Amino acid sequence: MSMETYVKTRRHPALPPPGKATGLIGWMRRNLFSSAGNTITTLVCAAIIALTVPPFFNWAVLDAVWYASDGGLCRVEGAGACWAFVEAKFGQFIYGRYPAEEIWRPNLVLLLFFLNLAAVLTPRMPYKGWLAATLLFIFPMFAWGVLHGGKFGLSVVETSDWGGLLLTLVIALSGILASLPLGILLALGRRSKLPVIRTLSVLFIEFWRGVPLVTVLFMASVMLPLFLPEGVTFDLLLRAIIGVALFASAYMAEVVRGGLQAVPSGQYEAAKALGLSYWQMMGLIVLPQALRVVIPGIVNTFIGLFKDTTLVLIIGLFDFLGIIRANFTDANWASPNTAATGYVFAAFVFWMFCFAMSRYSLYMEKQLSQGERR
Amino acid sequence: MPQSADPIIQIENMHKWFEDFHVLRDINLNVTEGERIVIAGPSGSGKSTLIRCINRLEAHDQGRIVIDGIELTENLKRIDEVRREVGMVFQDFNLFPHMSVLENCTLALIHVRGMAQAEAEETAMGYLERVRIPEQADKFPGQLSGGQQQRVAIARSLCMNPKIMLFDEPTSALDPEMIREVLDVMTDLAGSGMTMLCVTHEMGFAREVADRMIFMDEGEIIEIAPPETFFTNPQSERTKAFLSQIIG
Repeated sequence: MSMETYVKTRRHPALPPPGKATGLIGWMRRNLFSSAGNTITTLVCAAIIALTVPPFFNWAVLDAVWYASDGGLCRVEGAGACWAFVEAKFGQFIYGRYPAEEIWRPNLVLLLFFLNLAAVLTPRMPYKGWLAATLLFIFPMFAWGVLHGGKFGLSVVETSDWGGLLLTLVIALSGILASLPLGILLALGRRSKLPVIRTLSVLFIEFWRGVPLVTVLFMASVMLPLFLPEGVTFDLLLRAIIGVALFASAYMAEVVRGGLQAVPSGQYEAAKALGLSYWQMMGLIVLPQALRVVIPGIVNTFIGLFKDTTLVLIIGLFDFLGIIRANFTDANWASPNTAATGYVFAAFVFWMFCFAMSRYSLYMEKQLSQGERR
Repeated sequence: MPQSADPIIQIENMHKWFEDFHVLRDINLNVTEGERIVIAGPSGSGKSTLIRCINRLEAHDQGRIVIDGIELTENLKRIDEVRREVGMVFQDFNLFPHMSVLENCTLALIHVRGMAQAEAEETAMGYLERVRIPEQADKFPGQLSGGQQQRVAIARSLCMNPKIMLFDEPTSALDPEMIREVLDVMTDLAGSGMTMLCVTHEMGFAREVADRMIFMDEGEIIEIAPPETFFTNPQSERTKAFLSQIIG
């Protein structure tokens, strides 16, 4: 240690960072071939891609049958995907056995639903609370009225005729719309200081989380009617929706609880010290922060619920996947490629919806974290 | 010390336990309107718990606490009444991170007082000016320094026009260069006649603004005295030991 004194007399200017090796070669060397292990991994992955992607591409695009009036061309040796099958059955896949001349009804409902949803999901939308309330409480009644009919001169379309993507969306969206508010209430209940509310919440959550969805659906379709008084029936679809919603709300409750635990106790204390009531504290301070933390978990639950709706097939409801499978037996279209094509199509449609949810959640996370950047 | 007939805070034979731990023991304290009180003591002595009992963030187990004629009991309505008259400033600020500075301040005005938004914003801006931070109104708490956040927290409490302000170690979480700006705001407030109870280790501040010093140790009030006596001629051995440690 020297005894010299030191005084800086000129400020050092801020400089740009030193350059790194750039260009494609530089990037590949750094990221793909930086070590022996890395190089082997790169080569193995490249081999897997080379072995799987071109054959799939050939099957799905080059050798595929795009237009045909029956399965003849699909049965030819070496034919690929039978997209003509999807094209021919498209209406059924989307609407099930919903009467063709009434298809404007589901179209109207879906259009209004997505408009309403888009309005609720748009950040900084005026009257958002009212729009959300409409979506949650008024819209389902409206949708039921239009889809089922029997009022305003609309002919009745029994729910047993609903099917395809329409049915999948009806079940999944009802489940999603019901499970979030229910899940929030259950999560608050589970953390309540009142023992009765807490115990009931815990019992509810643990019961529904502990039972497989298949069992829930069987109970809804087979057992529930046994407990109802004679002559009282209610719709199989409605029973399935209630089962799915209660099932999902138990999962949602646990996701939300995780978020509640992430909110520091100081936030509760500050809210109380300002004189906010319990519901104001929860609604204005705690939940906005808690839900933001668990957006990935909430969307994860939504996606799981959306895909789980395919299980309604076992109680005789023909959802999107179910109706596609039912069409495999059409002798007109029987071919070695029909089933594979149907499944790929189903997978693609499910993936599209789930991917949209996932992207929206990422967008939302970014939006919400903007104000809090440190 | 003038003790008028109706103290604004009246604490009689108050006890509190955390599980089996006797954290507050036989607390008796009367505070007159406009009085400024500084509470000092080693950590774990119960100072924070005491002021948290005053707006019932903690519930006392025995004895009486009466705030401006309202006795604190299990009755939720009365607790809300008391909380509307008592403002509190926390060590960690506890601003609401998802709301702008202005929204932090108008929240309770709108939702507790039922004030219209425009009027609430006007009121809030007035208090933000008073804590010398109006230019930050549209920022979020995470974008402010600790000292600025604490001043916003003070403004947020003042918006509700409380009769009593509680400060729970308001400068303990701050970097040294930011302590001054917060103490200046508190000194201003003390000059305005606000009833204040401050838990703090800032003895310079205490000497300057306190009407009475309270020294606590192991859950008890050991000594109450005006600051000049407290600092120059403490009576209790425990007070002396404490003062020699912090002033040195």
